[in-house]
Amino acid sequence: MTITGIAAIGAGLAAIGAGVGIGKIGGSAMEAMARQPEMHGKIQSSALILAAFVEAVALFGVVVALLQG
Amino acid sequence: MYICTEFLETYIYNLQAMRINIFRTFLLGFFLLISLNGFAIIEDTKETEDKPFDAKEMIMHHVKDAHEFHIIDINNKPVSLPLPIILWTDNGLTTFMSSEFHHDDTGHTIVEKNGGKFVKLHEKIYQLNDGATAVAFDEEHHPKNAVKPLDFSITRNVFMMWVSVIVLLLIFLTAARSYKKSKDGVPTGIAGFVEPLIVFVRDDIARPMIGEKKYKRYMPYLLTIFFFIWINNIFGLIPILNGANLSGNIAFTMTLALFTFIITTLSGNKNYWKHIFWMPGVPVPMKIFLMPIEIIGIFTKPISLMIRLFANITAGHIIILALMSLIFIFKTIALAPVSVAFSLFITVIEIVVTAIQAYIFTILSALYFGMATEEEHH
Repeated sequence: MTITGIAAIGAGLAAIGAGVGIGKIGGSAMEAMARQPEMHGKIQSSALILAAFVEAVALFGVVVALLQG
Repeated sequence: MYICTEFLETYIYNLQAMRINIFRTFLLGFFLLISLNGFAIIEDTKETEDKPFDAKEMIMHHVKDAHEFHIIDINNKPVSLPLPIILWTDNGLTTFMSSEFHHDDTGHTIVEKNGGKFVKLHEKIYQLNDGATAVAFDEEHHPKNAVKPLDFSITRNVFMMWVSVIVLLLIFLTAARSYKKSKDGVPTGIAGFVEPLIVFVRDDIARPMIGEKKYKRYMPYLLTIFFFIWINNIFGLIPILNGANLSGNIAFTMTLALFTFIITTLSGNKNYWKHIFWMPGVPVPMKIFLMPIEIIGIFTKPISLMIRLFANITAGHIIILALMSLIFIFKTIALAPVSVAFSLFITVIEIVVTAIQAYIFTILSALYFGMATEEEHH
C-alpha cells in the first residue's frame, strides 16, 4: 500500500470520528429541544458551535492526510 | 474601534428591526458570492490540449500565496495583475514587478536586476549564484545553484490584507461618524449593520467569558480580531480575487494566535500563575504532576487556535475546488450539474463557517483572558 493510500484511510478515519461526534451533538440537541422547546435558540447555537469544534478536529486529520498524500 | 464601542455603549435600540436588515444584506452578499464562484473556477481550470488536468496542482495553486493575481485565462494566455517584488540581496534593495517573469513559474525566465539574476520557482524567488546561467536541479527537484534572498514582496495575501484593513477602516470610521452626527443616537446607514455585531461581541462573548468588571479592557482586541478574521474569511471566498486565501495561511493565523498568547500571558494575575505552577486544592504529588501539564497547556491553547482557523478555511477551499475539478477529471459535462450543486452547497456552508470561525477564535481568546484574570474565590 502506498503512502497516499494510507493517507486516504487516515482521512476516512477522521471523518468517522467527526461523524460520531456531530451525530451525538445533533441527537442530544434534538432531545433537549423536544424537552424544552423554549430553549430552542440557545440549544441550537451552542450545538452549532460544538459541531464546529468537532469538525475542526476532523479537519486536523484531513490536513495531515493531505500533507502526506 | 474602541471609540466606536464607547459610542455604542448606551445605544441599543431596534435590534429586531436591524436583524431583518442584516439578513437581507447577507442574502444579497451570498448570492453575489455564489454566482461569481462557479464562473471563475471553471474559467481557471480550463485545461490545455497537451497537458492532462492535474487537480492537486490546480488546488495548491489556489490555496498557496502568489506573486500575482491570476484572474482568468483567455485562449490559454493568462491575464493577471502583477504585484511588486521586493528583495533584500547582497547588493541591497532590489525591486521589480512580477510581470517581468512573464507568468513563468518553472524557473526558466531569468530577470537581471541590480547585479543579480532572479528566477521564480513554485512562487518562490531564487537568486542564482555568481556565474550560473540557468537553474540546475538536484534529484528532489530543489535548485542546486541558487539561494533564496530575503523576500519582502507584496504578495497577493499581503495585498488582500491591506484591502481588508482599508475596508474595515471605511466601515468603522463611517459608523463612528454617523453616531457623532445623529442627535438621538439612533444608528443610520452602515452603523445599523455593525452595532448589533458589536453588541453581540460585548454581550455574548466578552461579558460572560471575562466578567463584568474587566471585560472593557479587552473589548478593542476582541472586536478587532472578530471583524478582521471575518472579513478576511469572506474575502477568501470571493473568486474574482482568485480566493486570496489569507486566513488559510498558517503564518497569518499564527500571528493572531501569538497576540492572544501575549495578551493572556501579560494579563495573567497571581491566581492564574498559582493554578499553573502550584495547583491549589490537590495533594502535593498531584501538584508536581500537574505542573508540566499546565505549562504545556499555556502553549497548546494558542497553537490549537492557530491550527483550527488555518485548517477550517483551507479545507473549505480545497473541498470547493475538488468538487469543481471532478468535471475536468472525468472529462464530461454530464457531471457538471452534480458538481456545481455540491460546490454551491459547500459554499453556503463555508459562508456560515466564515462567521463561526471568527466567533470561535474570539470566544476562545476571551475565555483565555477570563482564565488569566479570574480572581480567587473561597
